[in-house]
Amino acid sequence: MDLGLNETQEILKKTARDFLESECPKSLVRAMEEDVKGYSPELWRKMAELGWLGLLLPAEYGGAGGDWVDAAVLLEEMGRALLPGPFIPTAVVAALAILEAGTPVQKDKHLSGIANGDTIISPAILEPEGAFSARFIQARAAEDAAGYVIDGVKLFVPDANVADYLLAAVRTSDGVGSDDGVTVLIVDARSEGIEVTPLVTVAADNQCEVALKGVRVSRADVLGQVDQGWRLVRQMQMHGAAATSASMVGGAERVFEMAVSYAKERVQFGRPIGSFQAIQHKCADMLVDVDGARFITYQAVWKLSEGLDGEADAAMAKSWVGDAYRRVLAHSNQIHGGLAFSKEFDLGLYFRRARAAEFAYGDGVVHRDAIARQILG
Amino acid sequence: MDFGLDPEDELFRQEVRAFLDRELPADWLGMSVSWAGYGAASGELEGPVRQTFYKKLIKRGWPTMAWPKAYGGQDASFTHQYVYNEEMAYRGAPESGGIAVTYVGPAIMVHGSEEHKKKFLGGIVRGEISFAQGFSEPGAGSDLASVTTRAVRDGYDYIINGQKTFTSGAHLADYIWLLARTNADVPKHKGLSMFVFPMKTPGVTSRPFLNICDVLSFNDVYFDNVRVPQDALVGEEDKGWYQAMTGLDFERSGVARFAGCRRAMELLVRYMKETKWNGRYLAEDPLARERVAETAVDIEVGRLMALRIISMQTRRMSVSNASSVSKLYGSELSQRLARLGADVMGPFGTLTRRSKWAPLSGFFELAYRNSVSATLGAGTSEIQRNILAQRGLGLPR
Ligand SMILES: Cc1cc2nc3c(=O)[nH]c(=O)nc-3n(C[C@H](O)[C@H](O)[C@H](O)COP(=O)(O)OP(=O)(O)OC[C@H]3O[C@@H](n4cnc5c(N)ncnc54)[C@H](O)[C@@H]3O)c2cc1C
Repeated sequence: MDLGLNETQEILKKTARDFLESECPKSLVRAMEEDVKGYSPELWRKMAELGWLGLLLPAEYGGAGGDWVDAAVLLEEMGRALLPGPFIPTAVVAALAILEAGTPVQKDKHLSGIANGDTIISPAILEPEGAFSARFIQARAAEDAAGYVIDGVKLFVPDANVADYLLAAVRTSDGVGSDDGVTVLIVDARSEGIEVTPLVTVAADNQCEVALKGVRVSRADVLGQVDQGWRLVRQMQMHGAAATSASMVGGAERVFEMAVSYAKERVQFGRPIGSFQAIQHKCADMLVDVDGARFITYQAVWKLSEGLDGEADAAMAKSWVGDAYRRVLAHSNQIHGGLAFSKEFDLGLYFRRARAAEFAYGDGVVHRDAIARQILG
Repeated sequence: MDFGLDPEDELFRQEVRAFLDRELPADWLGMSVSWAGYGAASGELEGPVRQTFYKKLIKRGWPTMAWPKAYGGQDASFTHQYVYNEEMAYRGAPESGGIAVTYVGPAIMVHGSEEHKKKFLGGIVRGEISFAQGFSEPGAGSDLASVTTRAVRDGYDYIINGQKTFTSGAHLADYIWLLARTNADVPKHKGLSMFVFPMKTPGVTSRPFLNICDVLSFNDVYFDNVRVPQDALVGEEDKGWYQAMTGLDFERSGVARFAGCRRAMELLVRYMKETKWNGRYLAEDPLARERVAETAVDIEVGRLMALRIISMQTRRMSVSNASSVSKLYGSELSQRLARLGADVMGPFGTLTRRSKWAPLSGFFELAYRNSVSATLGAGTSEIQRNILAQRGLGLPR
């Protein structure tokens, strides 16, 4: 047993931190909040060159053949830097979905594009009526001679405005079992009938509404099996949840560090505020939360790395880390006093991003519901 | 014991309600009101309603009803003030008067010269002049007595140098109400003085900056050799700290926060009854029901903390501890409520008022951000706890 990182992972961590500190300063993060694309294509290229975009893909597609623990190391640094852009949807969720469920032709078509930075792919799952249950997939794909025609609305689609393809969960039949009838289609995001409108979330993070009206998709673009796509959707959610947890750990750690160093520097009443026990106790509580968040996440990614079933672990991680990050932010905000409330101060960037991350790929309620089912039946 | 108000207070409540029904748009949300925090008051959020609405309040003399008649007020009882503050906040009415009414005017009545009274009080009653509170500095927040902005006598004038920060609304205010150091050679509380002078005075510059609600309210205010006449000094030189501690005894229950919470809860409940998510009405979700019930009780407890203060004030008892209890409890409650509202909406609770999908026009999303300030402004929660433990309970420092 060893809960630490290995040597290559330590190197990856250091490289990633150095790279992101110089290439993804907070000025870029702020600029991307206002940017129509919401990410820097130039930085995306550089990340491709570093092998990050293909980290989880095998060498035959130009990938680096890394595992989930490697990805978690990188994601922590991305969360720390608040890296804007479609890394999780494309390089984790879509890459793994296509790698695991794609035909040879689909893999050839999409995976090297992901690894070399040419292709952005986003999952399009949530709808206005509900989430995380197959029966709320209401966007319909009607079959005809040429393939499928999709009508429906998808919400909270990450980076749809810059995506080349969407992995859309659609209803292809009404199904017998509750999980039947859902199919994942690879949809060209520039098809006729697709209208993308940015949703303005608190995180200014480029989530979108995607309206699909009579959108044509060929039979060759079915990912996995017709009517049996819900398992794949669940797996995509699980991967997204694990990856988002890792990135939240990195963010939470940074927020915690900011608070501790501010508590040491900031003087009121003639002494550093960190000398007041009211502040010390908050710092200690944050340490507990960051530690807990890290290891519940590491266990999940380790299981995924080992090819074990990680669904329950990812659910535990996402629910616990979301809460922990929120607690850490509340303490850090409090310790920073009025500064925490200024938009010019970086802490607010973390506060706003964390709120979106809490709901991405399922919030605590969704994941605890799954855990309760497992424990209580 | 009697938890009810007198019939004449209830009559006044009906009058205020009828007024609000008439004067506020039926779908008025009141995004800017401060139940959740101190950071969302803005013209952008209130639109044109504020101006016309405020004029009508002024006509009734309501903003200054607590003031003595001699200064244009109505000598309203504590219970009348309570009813007014409760009803206004419950309807999310645009807040009005601000520190001019609650703080600056009363301080001038007690500590100001006849000149000051003539110059300012009428204008405040008529709603014509506004003030920014220039207390906090980059180095002096909770430890307010350590302000370093200097005011040095020069003949009949003072020359002021220094910087204030977090000064709400300074870019829009007519005057600054400034705490500055007039004597650096004595213990820090003993060398402070209060000044009031126009923001337009040469050498005063303000730099507004956004808060995390995307509202432009905060300012850095710089004083660069600002020359003000001697009558900018309010009260006695070097007595500013003690003056700041004494004012008129107005309603201090914090009821506005709890009334605002009650209304926010009602908005949430209506939304939960009307909105289906995951195949059922949100109001049917057992988890959400539990949290709503818990928070509804929390709000009721808060209202009683406020009511208790009014009862004490009516009996002329000191309420400094009780009002710290109300502030501490209320600010933390508003954070829980803002989060509850936004949480119940699931991912939709992350949408801002700029999204057409945002439930209740983003009311709870904005409150979630705004509530960060609830436990920071007007004395942080740590400071409130220190006060209660040390001054209130006599625990050793
Ligand atoms: C929305 C908003 C509006 C504001 N408007 C104005 C305004 O109009 N005019 C104005 O002058 N100011 C204004 N302020 C500033 C406000 O008064 C200060 O933010 C507040 O006094 C705290 O000071 P600080 O921000 O410097 O934090 P600090 O005092 O530096 O506090 C940092 C942390 O240390 C803690 N701490 C400090 N001392 C102790 C102690 N003895 N024991 C335990 N913990 C301690 C605090 O509780 C806090 O957690 C506003 C603030 C906000 C958030």
